[in-house]
Amino acid sequence: MLQQAFDGLVSGAFYALLALGLAVIFGMLGVVNFAHGAFYMLGAFGAYVLLDHWGVSFWIALPVVPVVLGVVGVAVERLLVRRLAALDPLYNFLLTFGIALVLQDLVKREYGVQSQPYPRPSALSGSVNLGLFSYPSYRVFVLGVAVVACLVVWYALSRTRAGMIVRAATERPELTRALGIDVGRWVTPVFGAGIALAGLAGVLAAPMRAVNPLMGSDLIIAVFAVVVIGGLGSIFGSVVSGFAVGVLTAVTNFYLPSLSQTLVFILMVVVLLWRPAGLFGREEGVA
Amino acid sequence: MILRRLAARPVLLAAGLLVALALPWLIYPPVAMDMVCWALFAVAVDLLLGFTGLLSFGHAAFWGSSAYLTGLIALHSGLPFPVAVLGGALAAAVLAVPIGWLSVRRTGIYFAMVTLAFAQLVYFVANQWRGLTGGENGLQGIPRDFFGVDLSDPFFFYYAGLPIAVLGLWFAWRVVRSPFGRVLVAVRDNPARARALGYPVDRYKLLAFVLSAGLSGLAGGLFTMGHGFVSLEEVYWTTSGQVVMMVVLGGIGTLWGGVLGAVLIVELGDYLSTAGFEETGIVTGTVFALTVLVFRRGIWGTAAWLTAGRRERAADGATVPVGERENGEPVRA
Repeated sequence: MLQQAFDGLVSGAFYALLALGLAVIFGMLGVVNFAHGAFYMLGAFGAYVLLDHWGVSFWIALPVVPVVLGVVGVAVERLLVRRLAALDPLYNFLLTFGIALVLQDLVKREYGVQSQPYPRPSALSGSVNLGLFSYPSYRVFVLGVAVVACLVVWYALSRTRAGMIVRAATERPELTRALGIDVGRWVTPVFGAGIALAGLAGVLAAPMRAVNPLMGSDLIIAVFAVVVIGGLGSIFGSVVSGFAVGVLTAVTNFYLPSLSQTLVFILMVVVLLWRPAGLFGREEGVA
Repeated sequence: MILRRLAARPVLLAAGLLVALALPWLIYPPVAMDMVCWALFAVAVDLLLGFTGLLSFGHAAFWGSSAYLTGLIALHSGLPFPVAVLGGALAAAVLAVPIGWLSVRRTGIYFAMVTLAFAQLVYFVANQWRGLTGGENGLQGIPRDFFGVDLSDPFFFYYAGLPIAVLGLWFAWRVVRSPFGRVLVAVRDNPARARALGYPVDRYKLLAFVLSAGLSGLAGGLFTMGHGFVSLEEVYWTTSGQVVMMVVLGGIGTLWGGVLGAVLIVELGDYLSTAGFEETGIVTGTVFALTVLVFRRGIWGTAAWLTAGRRERAADGATVPVGERENGEPVRA
């Protein structure tokens, strides 16, 4: 039971990383990035291709793949997303949906739908004793990386000058501009950072989840529900509800396995009834 | 100018009906049936997207649940196929009441995400309820009963199914042209003012949602009858995305644009799979992204814009009615 809950924390770590990236992008651009799941998938495939074609190890892929995907994200923002920035955010939602389809089927064409194997890094192949039970050390590592990534994002946003500007530009873009800050310049790196977070989640997923072209698309819809639960645009809410949904799903899987896949959507319904803006969200119109 | 446009309408209608009647001679009849079903589906989605300003990314839930129920009715009851299709459509409309009631609490992008999540919920239920839906195997061998008439030939079934779809299209047109439809447009363009004028905005949205879902169900049921089987794909999110693609390609808020979008996307998919190209998403995704980037009026919208008089064009401003911003103003492209 306790081990189930720990499993839940680990899968919650993936929800949290993806939801965090979505929340950061949404806060700054007002765009819900449908392609987020596709970038997560590309992160896993990036690690796989590096190892399979060039023998590059997990430890190098872990920082390199997210950075490369972050650059791809910057290009996507500059070339495509920006063109629709002045319009209703729904257009960018549709655009990123198209991008997701293209990315997913491109990978499918190259590698097929079957899952690709990716070995656990040898240093983390054992298990660690957590006192009450022993646990695969790779999963402990995933949890650690996710928590550190969330803390870094929190620190960067709340304690650095760049984070201050980003928060100001998110809340009051006109006023920030009036204070002499070029808001547009900050949009691109924030988008890139959000994509890099998705890529990081993807690399982390490669050794423990099936690496296939469809791995992102089902996950991203669950993450949408997570984000609705936490309150869209709330960075704290997205992380907390990511971990919470992970744990609750794992515990449900223990007692009522048939309900585990649908639980996140049922939670979303409950939250919509109780607090339409999400647990940590503000009323519509502000966000 | 106005006279010419009035004269153009019956001509267009007659031409459309003629093409619809000639279609199974021109192309492979099952593909023709697919086009008709997707056309009705796209029009149903445009009823909600173009005329109420709500982008649902979860209409596969209604298309798919009707597909399953139509299949089950036909499999187990032996009733004539239009009854099964109507039963499916009704079920989709009933399912839309709770989903719509919860979803219309949010607007814009939130609405899209919430409906998408609901559709995924329906997908998982369909996947797990194997006893009823057959899980990953789906429902197979669905008969087409119609008072003993043999409709096993897709060519003849096309003509049996077409009237149902045409009735559905006519119904959508009636809704849009009715006083109710005008209120929907008001709700889309300025919800605050519509509310101030005394219209219960959320109830109008919910009714539009249910009508749209019912028509989607009609299309999904017909699709099931055309294929003789139901697969899980009918409730999967790709189906929801596909129909939105058709609407945007045809032109949001044009109603008939969805028909054009459906015909083009179905034809494209059929062409690609005949050529042995399985990853249709590469092509359809690119077409869709380009449409959103540079061709937001869509095919029908562009045609209407080009044929409209200069004065009308200036007055109309060629709005592309999608959603509402926080301040409630419509967004112009």
